[in-house]
Amino acid sequence: MSTGVGFVPEHGISAAAGDARSASGPASIRITVAYGFWIFLLSDIIMFSTLFATYAVLKDATAGGPVGKDLFDLKTVGVETLCLLFSSYTCGIGLLSAEHGRLRAFYLCFALTFLLGAAFLGLEISEFARMVSEGAGPSRSAFLSGFFSLVGLHGLHVTAGLVWLTFMVAQTAAQGLRDYVRRRLHCFSLFWHALDIIWVALFTLVYLMGVQ
Amino acid sequence: MSTMNEAGSNSAPSGPDRAPGYGVYAAGLGFALLLTAASFIVAKTHLLWPPGLPVGLAVLAIAQMGVHLVFFLQIGTGPDNTNNVIALAFGVLIVTLIVSGSLWIMAHLHTNMTPASALLNMTH
Repeated sequence: MSTGVGFVPEHGISAAAGDARSASGPASIRITVAYGFWIFLLSDIIMFSTLFATYAVLKDATAGGPVGKDLFDLKTVGVETLCLLFSSYTCGIGLLSAEHGRLRAFYLCFALTFLLGAAFLGLEISEFARMVSEGAGPSRSAFLSGFFSLVGLHGLHVTAGLVWLTFMVAQTAAQGLRDYVRRRLHCFSLFWHALDIIWVALFTLVYLMGVQ
Repeated sequence: MSTMNEAGSNSAPSGPDRAPGYGVYAAGLGFALLLTAASFIVAKTHLLWPPGLPVGLAVLAIAQMGVHLVFFLQIGTGPDNTNNVIALAFGVLIVTLIVSGSLWIMAHLHTNMTPASALLNMTH
């Protein structure tokens, strides 16, 4: 599989090679793979937008139950935000290390990314558990249904990202930084950064506007 | 193959490397941290005129998403990026239609609904 595409020059980010080709012939595999994955990410973002719209419509339908002001703790949300932001940074640095063939830096960065992502997930799960134990579970009101769907789906994406990250580290260890491994690493980094973008919209709309 | 230059090669390989450097990610992290801090400070204090707060927060969030797109996802103005930018523009259009359309329609439905209190009186 890797040797089948051997004639296509793919030295990490070979943007210059891509330029020449876009004028006379197809773009390199690296560029088309990233483009295809970008289309997937955009469709994922569109799916999130429906849940954002649902939440925005239902956020005042509290059915006499707790409102955001009673439930949300901005300190936790701030720590969660920092976890995701720094994990985005380490993921980017890890990708760059992989493209430059620095395997040890790559492992270190991706380990940090995993830890920060897991810390985010742990905080979110404990927040959910606290809310459910306070009687503010998803079945309490339409507002809370919307909240748990939106934030929970983002949490599921982070979980999937952590599984993918583990898989990619194992694959890199087993097969080395081959061209297709690098392409997959690039797709993973796009996915991880996109999750951070969704989180920015989420903490603004749900938490910061919710506690007002 | 690449595992060989793992050890000791501290400098970026020369050659076809218009690669975004480490500085790009650092700059992105810096901008994102500033905008995040601004969002939380604005939300917690009375720095902004309260009725204008949602707009202020939305502006900060959109700015931060832009920072993430440019510095982390590296959707830029390069020739390779034209298709990505067009796809992004289409995505933004659909997201805007879904979110603003839902809010618009549901706000109208809401004003046309019988109030819950009146509904209770009708059934009893």
